[in-house]
Amino acid sequence: MTDKDSTALIRARQKARARVMALLLGAFVILVFAISIVKIQIGHAG
Amino acid sequence: MTTTTAPITLPADWRDFLALTKPRVMTLVVFTGLCGMLAAPVPIHPILGFTAILCIALGAGAAGALNQWYEADLDSKMKRTQKRPLPAGRMDRQSALHFGVGLAGFSLALMYFAINLAATLILAVSILFYVFVYTIWLKRRTPQNIVIGGAAGAFPPLIGWAAATGDVALLPVLLFALIFLWTPPHFWALALFVKTDYANAGVPMLPVVAGERTTRTQIGLYTLPMVAAAILPWPLGLTGAIYGGAAVLLSAVFLAMAVQVALRSSVPDDAMLPEKRLFKYSILYLFLMFGALVVDRWLA
Repeated sequence: MTDKDSTALIRARQKARARVMALLLGAFVILVFAISIVKIQIGHAG
Repeated sequence: MTTTTAPITLPADWRDFLALTKPRVMTLVVFTGLCGMLAAPVPIHPILGFTAILCIALGAGAAGALNQWYEADLDSKMKRTQKRPLPAGRMDRQSALHFGVGLAGFSLALMYFAINLAATLILAVSILFYVFVYTIWLKRRTPQNIVIGGAAGAFPPLIGWAAATGDVALLPVLLFALIFLWTPPHFWALALFVKTDYANAGVPMLPVVAGERTTRTQIGLYTLPMVAAAILPWPLGLTGAIYGGAAVLLSAVFLAMAVQVALRSSVPDDAMLPEKRLFKYSILYLFLMFGALVVDRWLA
């Protein structure tokens, strides 16, 4: 494998990892938002 | 003049991080945790319930990652585990360690802020128990490794229950006992047909250290209190007849299979079919028992 090939492979891996990380962070933000809404509702109900 | 170039190391693929969490083991952990939560007398908001189960899954994944970080040398010696990310050389140990510690911290923080302290503490104990007591302390030292270490896998119903109620009661403790006592026959059935693998790696599993006869006897002996723990919630009035009937029937089948394994001896080139059958049924058994518990709760 040439240096050029390995650099391309490293970039592809980094890109795939960054994409998964972005998706997970997005999902986490939505989850925290949903938890906050539920906690507020429970607080009002209690 | 000669120049040396450092070898280029590839960053691990995201799928390798996923593999580090032992997703297949996680299935049973998530299922028993979910059933513990659904069997609780207090309903939990679906979003919070989802979050609690997510935390249990992430905590189990973290424990799995730290287990693989510590056992990379053992995994490389066993056929069953040779293709894992660390022994296969697709990931460096430091990444696995950072991932495991980070995931453990994240799962505990989320559980604490979203759910409650009781569930967080039990989750923390289960992660620490699996990593320090089972993986680091017992696994390489004693054939009783999975007897005591089995407690780590028995915590999820307690966590699920605590997430819903903020407390612990007798029923989830009995569910803990059921998984705790189920673990030895389950793993020893596996150890009987992958004995060579464990022996090659130097893991003191019971068949390797004490021999096949003792292991078979122990499988039979541990099944008896397991059956008692499985059925006990019914006569104690903690569950209804649906769970009771399922527990009696499913446990009777388990006991029959365990007795068959306990009484037989293997011959050279034995296909070990009764042992494989017991191992497979033991997984189905736990799924059906916890499924019956939830159905019983919902229909009662």
